[in-house]
Amino acid sequence: MASETLQPGAPSVRAAAADLERDLHTDHQVLNMGPSHPATHGTVKFLIELDGETIVDLDIQVGYLHRGFEKECESGSWYKAIPYTDRLNYNSAILCNLGYCLAVEKLLQIETPERCQWLRVLAGELSRIGDHLTRCGAACLELQAMTPFLYGIEARELNWDLQEQLCGARVTSNYIRLGGVKHGMPESFPTHFRKVVGSTRKLLADFEKVVTRNRIFVDRLKGTGIISREECLRYAVTGPMLRSAGVPLDLRKDEPYLVYDQVDFDVPIGEVGDNYDRYLVCVEEIHQSLRIAEQCVERLEELGAGPVDVADARVRWPAKGQVFNRMEEMIQQFKSVTEGPRVPEGEAYTAIESANGELGFYVVSDGGPIPWKVRCRPPSLLNLQPMPGMVRGAMLPDLIPTFDFINMIGGECDR
Amino acid sequence: MSDFGSVSLRRLQDAFPDALLGSHADVGDATVTLDPAQLVAVMRFLRDDEVTAFEMLMDLTAVDYLGKRETRFEVVYHLYSVARGHRLRVKVAVPESAPEVASLCPIWPAANWMEREVWDLYGIRFEGHPDLRRLLLYEEFEGHPLRKDYPKTGRQPLIGPRG
Repeated sequence: MASETLQPGAPSVRAAAADLERDLHTDHQVLNMGPSHPATHGTVKFLIELDGETIVDLDIQVGYLHRGFEKECESGSWYKAIPYTDRLNYNSAILCNLGYCLAVEKLLQIETPERCQWLRVLAGELSRIGDHLTRCGAACLELQAMTPFLYGIEARELNWDLQEQLCGARVTSNYIRLGGVKHGMPESFPTHFRKVVGSTRKLLADFEKVVTRNRIFVDRLKGTGIISREECLRYAVTGPMLRSAGVPLDLRKDEPYLVYDQVDFDVPIGEVGDNYDRYLVCVEEIHQSLRIAEQCVERLEELGAGPVDVADARVRWPAKGQVFNRMEEMIQQFKSVTEGPRVPEGEAYTAIESANGELGFYVVSDGGPIPWKVRCRPPSLLNLQPMPGMVRGAMLPDLIPTFDFINMIGGECDR
Repeated sequence: MSDFGSVSLRRLQDAFPDALLGSHADVGDATVTLDPAQLVAVMRFLRDDEVTAFEMLMDLTAVDYLGKRETRFEVVYHLYSVARGHRLRVKVAVPESAPEVASLCPIWPAANWMEREVWDLYGIRFEGHPDLRRLLLYEEFEGHPLRKDYPKTGRQPLIGPRG
């Protein structure tokens, strides 16, 4: 009897087979990820609508690190905003200093001396190297690869030592000032710098050896988090993300500021705009930044010691000896300390190529000693915005490398 | 860049003679002030026209000119063209009595979050925005903190967990 019921054409067998084909009824579930999650190096909350493990939709909630940057800037002197800019993108603080100072200097119509410009480029590129090392290292960590993370962090430590020697602090250095930089290059810097560049290249070679052709890493990055050239433009995505989609836009080349028109470097671009392209672009940019920094140190050695500030009484304080002995300088010092510079009435926007893309500052002055408006155009925020489209239809684990290589920095995104 | 300012200005003047309310190129930034009623049409033209070719809406923000100007707010757009490598700043004045301006989300989706931020911090509404929620602050926040009459030390009531 039993053998009869198991005949292939028997009605009960057919019903069982049809039952196997039938879709199980599943409901979409919403998963909360963040605002503090070990796999996201940023304070952000994802509301992920999932069908099994497939992402159906994503809502991103930003703002957890909002601390009223603009409101604070509007309540102190023009100087007092500079330390706040350090805390925007704390991975590349000097670049944020630079963006703000260039915007205010544009309103003041100040042209800084050549030595200062080379120092700014040098400090900015060190900052960019640190930022890219963190991005690539942390991405490996979040994909469960501890070793390359440690290579990246070791290189960043060496880089921070350099920044400390140049600027006096490792992370929030407050190095760039209105009309100049804090001080010139120390005498022992070039030797230390060359040693660190050598070690960084070696660490980077180790890093690339472990990661770039690693099967697991490539499988997780290739073809995930794709964004097309057109989407990038529609969403105003900039920086390595835009370049990985094949657009060679780099403000250091396209709108050269400071002395970028005198340095030799290449702009790497990707082809498809996936996470793997973003990784390759970032690693290549570290090499290019090392090249730029080397040229800066060479040029600074040629220029030798000398003034690193403009001789403009509006933004620079008089020398101490004169303050103590002359009436005018004492008054000027008093006014500079108690009130700060007055910036001519008007508006200005400057954009620089930060590690994440176009970092813009739009400043408005009413002619007084307090900024009327300081707007920071945060590349992190705009680069994060198209992320739902990049992960829709992908698996949940693909969200992690995609977020890593967008490199959203909470301090800058939320301000 | 100032050269470009005159080219794009002429182009705009030919296409929209009555939409331009003013222009300048102080410190090298080409700037135009527009009639808010024609904002969307002009912006669409600036994106699609092959001379201006502004593919990117780089930045969108607002300024509160309380006590300085008759029309209190100004919404400021910064455009960038990758193909041409030039920039333009576009401004529209927004009165306090009706703080509302047309949304640019249909032209550049980049406007979405930036308009939400301006609504959040300045209380300017964007007509036609698909999802005008606060961006950086929480829904229960009272007021708009970047308005000049919002005190820097302003306190907010504590809120409990959401239901």
